[in-house]
Amino acid sequence: MKYVDEFRDPTMIARAFEEIRTLADPARHYRIMEVCGGHTHAIFRFGLKDLLPPNVELIHGPGCPVCVLPMGRIDDGLELAGDPHVIFTAFGDMMRVPGSQGSPLESKARGADVRIVYSPLDALKIAEANPDRQVVFFAIGFETTAPSTALTLLKARANRVRNFAVFCNHVTIIPAIRAILDSPDMRLDGFIGPGHVSTVIGCRPYEFIVRDYGCPIAVSGFEPLDILQSLVMVLRQLRDGIAKVENQYARVVPWEGNLAALRVLAEVFEVRAHFEWRGMGFISHSALRLRGEFAEWDAERTLPIRGVCVADPKAAQCGEVLKGVLKPHQCKLFGKECTPEQPIGALMVSPEGACAAHFKYRGAPQLVTLG
Amino acid sequence: MCLAIPAQISRLPADDDPLATTDIMGVRRRVNIDLLDADPPELGDWVLVHVGFALSKISAEQADEQLRLLSLLGEASAAQEEVEGYDCGDGE
Repeated sequence: MKYVDEFRDPTMIARAFEEIRTLADPARHYRIMEVCGGHTHAIFRFGLKDLLPPNVELIHGPGCPVCVLPMGRIDDGLELAGDPHVIFTAFGDMMRVPGSQGSPLESKARGADVRIVYSPLDALKIAEANPDRQVVFFAIGFETTAPSTALTLLKARANRVRNFAVFCNHVTIIPAIRAILDSPDMRLDGFIGPGHVSTVIGCRPYEFIVRDYGCPIAVSGFEPLDILQSLVMVLRQLRDGIAKVENQYARVVPWEGNLAALRVLAEVFEVRAHFEWRGMGFISHSALRLRGEFAEWDAERTLPIRGVCVADPKAAQCGEVLKGVLKPHQCKLFGKECTPEQPIGALMVSPEGACAAHFKYRGAPQLVTLG
Repeated sequence: MCLAIPAQISRLPADDDPLATTDIMGVRRRVNIDLLDADPPELGDWVLVHVGFALSKISAEQADEQLRLLSLLGEASAAQEEVEGYDCGDGE
């Protein structure tokens, strides 16, 4: 067996595949969810899933922030962007995500002042440079980006920047995992936990998966060897009939997380009662909003936002794909009406969305090859 | 936005300034290191940066691995674009 030699330790990769084959009981079928979109991308890119035994199935989870954002929130944001007084700022990943009236990019083409920023600090800087305009930052992301928004808000308050507002769409991963575990049409045997989210929240928050659902989880890095080693950890637990939280990515993820980040999150944000996830419906306590002390920077409190709910296009089956009930190519629109160039569902937009990853790498040569 | 980009600290911030100067994918950019309060980076240390904020310290070897991974995933140019787009910290 040989592997492309750019990888860290090809012998270890071979050994991990071997161990997975030994651990997987041929009489069982294993359904293991990788929660994070970064893992989904790597799994498709390196062709890992095709090299696993057929009874070890990887289910692609909800951990891609642009993929889970419901159309209504995009529509709400773009309605603000339509005001000529407003400069609307968002991460580049958001630009092609379709709302019911088009994407931010299309809104820009229609004349709205929509600008890409790479850091929330840049949005604040635009506000400071344009005191006669209202700058809105469309904040999205899990716990990896939420602390950045929080620190930016603290800076806006310290510098008394009055024309800066955050339209907060930050979501948290734990309630989404719980919703998936509670979903009646899902049966999962274990999880590959998100790497970078865990640098912030640590490993403790996953303990409920073990305690309440008896499922193993291994927090994982993003290289092929990392993902395979995490699978080994999960399969070994399943063989031994135990469930615990393991940290494969300990070289980056501290067990307790990043306390400074958790502190700033708690200072600036509070948990919303409900938040809608694209394809998954409303999930309780699954998102963040600004605390009352930051009301004057909260777009939802100071600017006209209708809070619209828009149903996903009927033919698209993003929800089923997001929950792992359908594979991307089993959706009726996959590769036909819905492609990365003309996405209908958000899973087709980002390289971390399961549909875009599947589309991009289908038939592609595998970087990890059996020799 | 989801990319974790390795950066090497080339100048520490002055008092009360949360922005450290870094060499990040061949570009000099300032990044916020407030979130590393508990264990502040020193000159020459490597950090992983998300949207302009350092979230964790890593070893030089891990930084190399992360760069290689970004390139294998076809995300090196997206990361480069993100880094060049950091406006906040640029200019001194």
